[in-house]
Amino acid sequence: MSEFALKTKLPSYLRQEQDRIEKLARDAGLDFFPTVFEMLAYDQMNEVAAYGGFPTRYPHWRFGMDFEQLSKSYDWGLSKIYELVINNNPSYAYLLEGNSLVDQKLVMAHVCGHVDFFKNNYTFRSTDLDAAEGRDPIRSEKDYDPNRRWIDKMANHGELVRRHMARLGTQNVEEFMDSCLSIDNLIDWHGRFQPRRRKDEPDPDLAEEVPRLKAKSYMEAFINPPEFLAKQKKKQSEERAREAGRVDWGRDVLGFLLENAPLERWEYECLHVVREEALYFVPQMQTKIMNEGWASYWHSRLMTEKILDASEIVDYAERNASVMATNGSINPYKLGVELYRYVEERWNKGQFGREWENCTDVDERRHWDRRLGLGREKIFEVRRLHNDVTFLDEFLTPEFAIAQNLFTYNHSSRHDRFEIESREFKQVKEKLLFQLTHGGNPTIVVKDGNFRNRSELFLHHVHEGLDLRSDYAAATMSGLARIWKRPVNLQTVVDGKFVILHHDGRDLTSASPKVGT
Amino acid sequence: MRGEEEFARGAATSVHLAVMSLRIDQDHARFRNIVRGKIRQNLKRYITSGELLGRKGKDVVSIPVPQIDLPRFRFDDRKKGGAGQGDGAAGDAVGGGDPQEGEGGRKAGKDAGQHALEVDVTLDELADILGEELQLPHVQNKGKAKLIDVKDRYTGIRRVGPESLKSFKRTYREALKRQIASKQYDVTRPIVVPIKEDKRFRSWNEVAEPVANAVIIYMMDVSGSMGDEQKEIVRIESFWIDAWLQRQYKGLESRFIVHDATAREVDRDTFFRTRESGGTMISSAYKLCSKMIEDEYPSAEWNIYPFHFSDGDNWSQDDTSLCMKILRNELLPVVNMFAYGQVESPYGSGQFIKDLREHYKTDERVILSEIRDKDAIMGSIKEFLGRGR
Repeated sequence: MSEFALKTKLPSYLRQEQDRIEKLARDAGLDFFPTVFEMLAYDQMNEVAAYGGFPTRYPHWRFGMDFEQLSKSYDWGLSKIYELVINNNPSYAYLLEGNSLVDQKLVMAHVCGHVDFFKNNYTFRSTDLDAAEGRDPIRSEKDYDPNRRWIDKMANHGELVRRHMARLGTQNVEEFMDSCLSIDNLIDWHGRFQPRRRKDEPDPDLAEEVPRLKAKSYMEAFINPPEFLAKQKKKQSEERAREAGRVDWGRDVLGFLLENAPLERWEYECLHVVREEALYFVPQMQTKIMNEGWASYWHSRLMTEKILDASEIVDYAERNASVMATNGSINPYKLGVELYRYVEERWNKGQFGREWENCTDVDERRHWDRRLGLGREKIFEVRRLHNDVTFLDEFLTPEFAIAQNLFTYNHSSRHDRFEIESREFKQVKEKLLFQLTHGGNPTIVVKDGNFRNRSELFLHHVHEGLDLRSDYAAATMSGLARIWKRPVNLQTVVDGKFVILHHDGRDLTSASPKVGT
Repeated sequence: MRGEEEFARGAATSVHLAVMSLRIDQDHARFRNIVRGKIRQNLKRYITSGELLGRKGKDVVSIPVPQIDLPRFRFDDRKKGGAGQGDGAAGDAVGGGDPQEGEGGRKAGKDAGQHALEVDVTLDELADILGEELQLPHVQNKGKAKLIDVKDRYTGIRRVGPESLKSFKRTYREALKRQIASKQYDVTRPIVVPIKEDKRFRSWNEVAEPVANAVIIYMMDVSGSMGDEQKEIVRIESFWIDAWLQRQYKGLESRFIVHDATAREVDRDTFFRTRESGGTMISSAYKLCSKMIEDEYPSAEWNIYPFHFSDGDNWSQDDTSLCMKILRNELLPVVNMFAYGQVESPYGSGQFIKDLREHYKTDERVILSEIRDKDAIMGSIKEFLGRGR
C-alpha cells in the first residue's frame, strides 16, 4: 500500500460512522458507488482541490495559481473546503482533518447524495469510460457498474505530459498547453450522446425550412413569391451538395482540431488530454445546482431525522446555515435544495397536471392538496432525467422565484458596481437559463478548415446579443493560430457590426465581411 | 467491493504525495515564477506610477498582473450581468459588491478564473524582486543586539476569565446547546439564558516577538516650493525604501519629521499632506532628528537611517553651515548612513546638494541623489540602497 494511503486512512471511529450513515442513506433509497473517504490536512486539501479533486494531474502553473488562491482564502479565514468528492468508481471523498465530528458526519451524508447523483443522473453517463458514443443515456441498466477510473486516467495524462516535458522542455510543452487550455471551453456539451452528423443530413430536431424574407402575412405572396422560394431552395440543396460528406463539427472545435490540425504527435496527445478532461468536467458544470441541491437535500434529511442527537443539532444548524447563506449571487446549494423541496411538495399535494395548470383561483391553488404523496418518487425521477437548464426551465415558477428572492443584475457604469436590475419573472428566468446554458460560454462553431481555399481556419461566433471580450478574444486566437499553424478567422459581431477577425500568428486584424459571402 | 485493495489501486499513482512535500509545490513554484517575471518586467512602471502604494496591506501588496489569466472566448462580465438571489430593490448594489466574488471556494468545481488577476505579493518578496532587479547588496547589520518583546495574543478559549473577555457567541451557543439537551428550550418562546457553566472566555498566549532594531527617520522640506509632484516622488521613494529595509531587518520603525523654518514630528499621513508656506531652515530638522536619536534610539542597539528630502533651497548660508556641523558631529557618528534626496522643483535653487557634495564627497556614509522626475526614482533608489550599509 502506498504511503499516501497509509497516512490518509480514515480513523476507525469515522469508519464506523461511515458505515452507519451509508446504511441510513441506502435505506432512504439512495444508490451510490462504493465510496472511499480519506482524511487530509488543510494544505493537502487545498492541493487536491486545486487539482479539481484529483491526487495527480498533468503539471501546469494554473493549478499552482488555484492553489495559491485557495490557500490564501483559507489562511485569511474566508473560506474552507469541507468536502471534496470525485466522480470516480469507486468514488473518492476527502474529509478535512481537525473538523468536528458533526462536520465530518455532515460531509459524509452530503457525499452520499453526490455519489448517488454521479451514479444516477444521466449527464454523468458521458464519463463512463468504456461506453460507446451516441448511447442512450437514460436507459436504465441493471447492476450498473460503469468503468469510471478517472483517477487512473488523470494520472496517466499527467505521466504523458510529464514525459513530453522531459523530452522537449517544460517551457515548450507548457506554452502549448496554455494554448490548448485557453480553448478548452470550445467543446460540445451534448456531443457524447449524439452520433456525429454529416452536413448534408438535415438536423432532425429542426423542421426543414426554406429561408424566407421577413414579411407580414398579407405581403407574403409579393415578398416571397414562388419563384423566389424555388431559387432559395435550389441554393440550399446546392449548398448541401457542396458540403456532402463533411462532418458537422458544430461546437466541438477541439474535436475538429484533433482530427484536422497539422499536429505533431506530442501536440496531438496534449490537445487530446485537454479535450478529454474538459469533457469529464462537463456534467459537473451542467448540474451544479441539481447536484449540490440533491446532496444538501439528503444531508439535511439524514442529519436531522436520523444521524444527529440533540446535543449536536445546534452545531449542525450553524454549519448548515452558513452553507445555505446567500449574499447576492446564486447559491447553488440553496437554490437546488429549495427547488427539490418545492417539487416534492407539489407532487405530494398533487399540484400538477392540466387541472392544476388551468386553475386560476388563487385561494384554491393555495389550499390545493390532493394527498397524492408522489413527491419522493418525483424528485428521484428529476435527479435522474434533468440537468440544471431543464430542471429550472421545467420547475422554476413565478411563486418560487419570489419566495427565493431572485433577481437579475447588471453592471452600472455610473456607480461602477453591479446593481439589481429587476425581479420580473420572465427576465430572471431568461438570465438564469442563459448563464447556465453551456456554462454561459459563447457559442462558437467550426465553419471551415480551408477558408478561402488557403487552409485557414474559419470559426463562427453565433451572436446572441453579447459581444466577446476583445482582449481575451485576441489572445485566444493567437493560441488557436499556434495550434492550427495557419491563420485563424473568427466571424463575430462587434458593436452591432459583422466583422471577421483574422489572426496570422503574429497580429490580429479585423475586416468587415463582403456582402454576399 | 470497497476496501484496502481498491483504495491502493486508486492511490498507487500518488505515492510520496504526503511524504516529502506537496506535488503541487512544483506547479505553485512555476506560477510564482511567472508572477515574479511579470512583476520584474513591469517593475519600472509599478515604481514610477506609484500604483502599488494604495494597495498595501499589513504585510502584502496586491499587484494587478496583466495577462496571467488564461485567455478564453468569453463575454465581458460587466455587459453580461446575471441572476442573483437576495434582498434589495432595483438599483441597489448586489450583495454589497461584486457578485462574481460571492461564492468563494466552497467546493472546487471547474470554474474558470474570473477576473484579471490580482496577485498578493508579500513585501519581502517585492523587496527581493527590487533587490534582484536593481542588484542591491544586502545590508550589513552593524552587529547590534536584537531586541525581543513579549506580547499577548488572543488565540484560545477557556471556561474561566474576566467578564470583559467573554465571548458572547460561544457563550450563547453553549447555553442553547444545554437548554436543548436538557429540554428547557421552548421553540415557541426562544429565550436563551446562559448560566455560569456556559460562559466562555477568550484566552491568550504569550508570544515572543522581535521588535524593530532599525529605524528610518524621514525628513521632508514642506516649504512652499515643494509641490504635490515633489511630494509624490518622496512618497514613492519612501515606500520602496521601507520595503527594502523591512526585508533586511525584522521589524522596522519609521518616524517622520516635516520642516520649513521650524521642524516637528508628524505621522505618516500628515507627512505626505502637510504644506506650509514658510521659509526653509534645514538645520531645524537635523536638530530634531539628532534629539530623537539621542532620546530614543541608542546607537548601540539601533540601526539608524535618516533620509532627508528637499528641493535644496535653504534659507541662508549660515544655516547650511550649521547643518554641516550637526551632521558631522551629531548624526554621522551614530547612523548607518545619511541619505539626502534632492527633488527638482521649479522654484528651488538646488544649492544644498552642492554644499553637501563639497563637504562629504569622500564620506561613504553620506549618500546624495538628485531626482529630476518620476522616471528618476528607480535610479535614485539604487543610489540610496546600493551601498549595502
